[in-house]
Amino acid sequence: MSSGLTTPTLIKDLRLEWRSKDAINSMLFFALLVVVIFSFAFDPIAEESRQIAGGLVWVAFLFAAVVALNQTWAREVRNAVLDAYRVSPAPPNSLFLAKAIGNFIFVCVLEALMTPLFIAFYNLRALGAAYLLPVVAILGTWALVVNGTFFAAMSLRTRSREIMLPLLLFPISIPAVLAMVSATSAILTGEYSPKFWIVLLVAYDVVFTTGCLLLFDTVLNAE
Amino acid sequence: MKRAFPIFGVVTAVLLSYGLYQALVVAPTEQTMGEVQRIFYYHVSSAWTAFLLFLINFVASIVYLVRRNTKADIIALVTAEVGVVFCTVVLVTGPIWARPVWGIWWTWDLRLTLTLVLWLIYVSYLMLRRFSTSGQTPLLAAALSVFGALDVPLVYFSIWYFRTQHPQPVVGGGGSIDPRMMHALLMNWAAFLCLAFMISWSRYRLERLRREVEEMQGLEALLEPRGVR
Amino acid sequence: MTYLYAAYAATWLIHITYLGILARRYARLKKEIESLQKKSV
Repeated sequence: MSSGLTTPTLIKDLRLEWRSKDAINSMLFFALLVVVIFSFAFDPIAEESRQIAGGLVWVAFLFAAVVALNQTWAREVRNAVLDAYRVSPAPPNSLFLAKAIGNFIFVCVLEALMTPLFIAFYNLRALGAAYLLPVVAILGTWALVVNGTFFAAMSLRTRSREIMLPLLLFPISIPAVLAMVSATSAILTGEYSPKFWIVLLVAYDVVFTTGCLLLFDTVLNAE
Repeated sequence: MKRAFPIFGVVTAVLLSYGLYQALVVAPTEQTMGEVQRIFYYHVSSAWTAFLLFLINFVASIVYLVRRNTKADIIALVTAEVGVVFCTVVLVTGPIWARPVWGIWWTWDLRLTLTLVLWLIYVSYLMLRRFSTSGQTPLLAAALSVFGALDVPLVYFSIWYFRTQHPQPVVGGGGSIDPRMMHALLMNWAAFLCLAFMISWSRYRLERLRREVEEMQGLEALLEPRGVR
Repeated sequence: MTYLYAAYAATWLIHITYLGILARRYARLKKEIESLQKKSV
C-alpha cells in the first residue's frame, strides 16, 4: 500500500511545519481563544457542566481541526506538488496517509494543549474510566482527520474552498461526532458505559479509512 | 418516448387525485391523533420515495465510478436533486405533524434524524456539484455519494443507540395499521413514485439540453477568435 | 385541522416551487439556444 513514500513525506511536512511555526502559533492561539470563548458562553461553574463538557470539548476540537485541515493542501497547491505526485509512480495512498497522519499529529497536539485548559476552566474530573479518554480522543480525532483530509483534497477544485470543507465534512461526520461526544460524556459522568460508542468509532474509522484509501486515487487525479 | 410523457403525466395526476381522496376521505380517522394523522399518508410516502431516489443515486454513482458512463452521472445528479425535494417535504410535514400531536416541533427520533442527516449529506452533494470547478466533478460527486452511503448504517446505529439511552417521542408511532390506511398509504406512494419519475425525467431532459448548450457555447468560443464569420 | 391542510399545502408548495425553478431554467436555456442559432445562421 504505502511504498515507503509515506514516511519521508510525513517527516518533510512535520519539519516544514516546525520550521515555519506559522501554522502552529496561530493554531495555538486559536485553540486558547476557543476554550475561553466557550467558557464564557457556557458557564463552567454550573453543576451540569460535566454533562455538557463532552459536547463542548469536541465542538472546540472540531473547529480547530477544520482550521488545521483547511491549510493542509495549501502548500502543495502553491508549489504544484500535486502534479508531481500525479505523474510519479508512487501510489497516491502514500501521499494521502502522509497528509492524514500529519494532520492527525497536528490536531492531537492542539487537543493536548486545549485539554488542560478545559479541565481547569470546567473543573473536570472523570467519574468513569478515565484511561479510556485518550482512546476516545485518538479514535475520534482520526475519524475527523481522515475524512477531513479527503474532503480538503476534494475542495481544492471548488470555489469557496474554505467553506466547502466543513460543508462536506460535517454531515458525514455526524455519527462519529455523536459517538465521541457520548463516549466522553459517559466517561466523565460515569453514568453509563462508553463501550458501544468506542466500538462505533472503531467501525467508523475502519470504514472510512478504507473508503478514503480506495477513492483517493480518483480525487487526486481530478484536475 | 415523447408521446409517453403526457400519457404518464395524466396517469400521475389521476393517481395523485385518487391518493388525495383516499387520504382525506376514505381512510378511517385515527383514534388517538384524530384528523392530523392523515399527514402520515404524505409524510411516509414522500420518505419512501426520497430514500428510493437516494438509493438510485448511490447505484448510479457506483456505475459512474466503474464505467464513467455519462448517463449514469446525469441520473445521479437528477435523483439527488429530486430526492432532496422529496426529503424536504418529509422534514417539513414531520414537524407540522408533530406539533399538534406531541406539542413539539422537532424530536430527535430515529427516522426523523436519519432523514435530516440524509438531507444534509445530499445537500452537501449538490453544493459540491454546484461549486466544483474541476472537469471531473462527476467523479468527485460519485465519491461523495459512496461516502454518504457508507455513512448511512453508521448514522442509523448511532442514533438508534442514542435513542435507547435518551428516549423521546416517536413521530409516526408504531403498531399495526388498519388495512384501509395501508391502502391509502400505498396509493399515495404509487402516486408519488410516478410524480418523482415524471419530475426526474423532465430534469434529465433539462440536464441533457443544458450540457448540449454548454458544448455549443464551448465550440462557439473556440471558433470566434478565428474570425471565420 | 389547519395543521393537516398546512402539511398538504406545504408538500405541494415545495413541489411546485421546484417545478417552477426547472421551468425557468428551461426558458433560459431555450433563449440561449435561440441566440446561438442566430449566430450560426
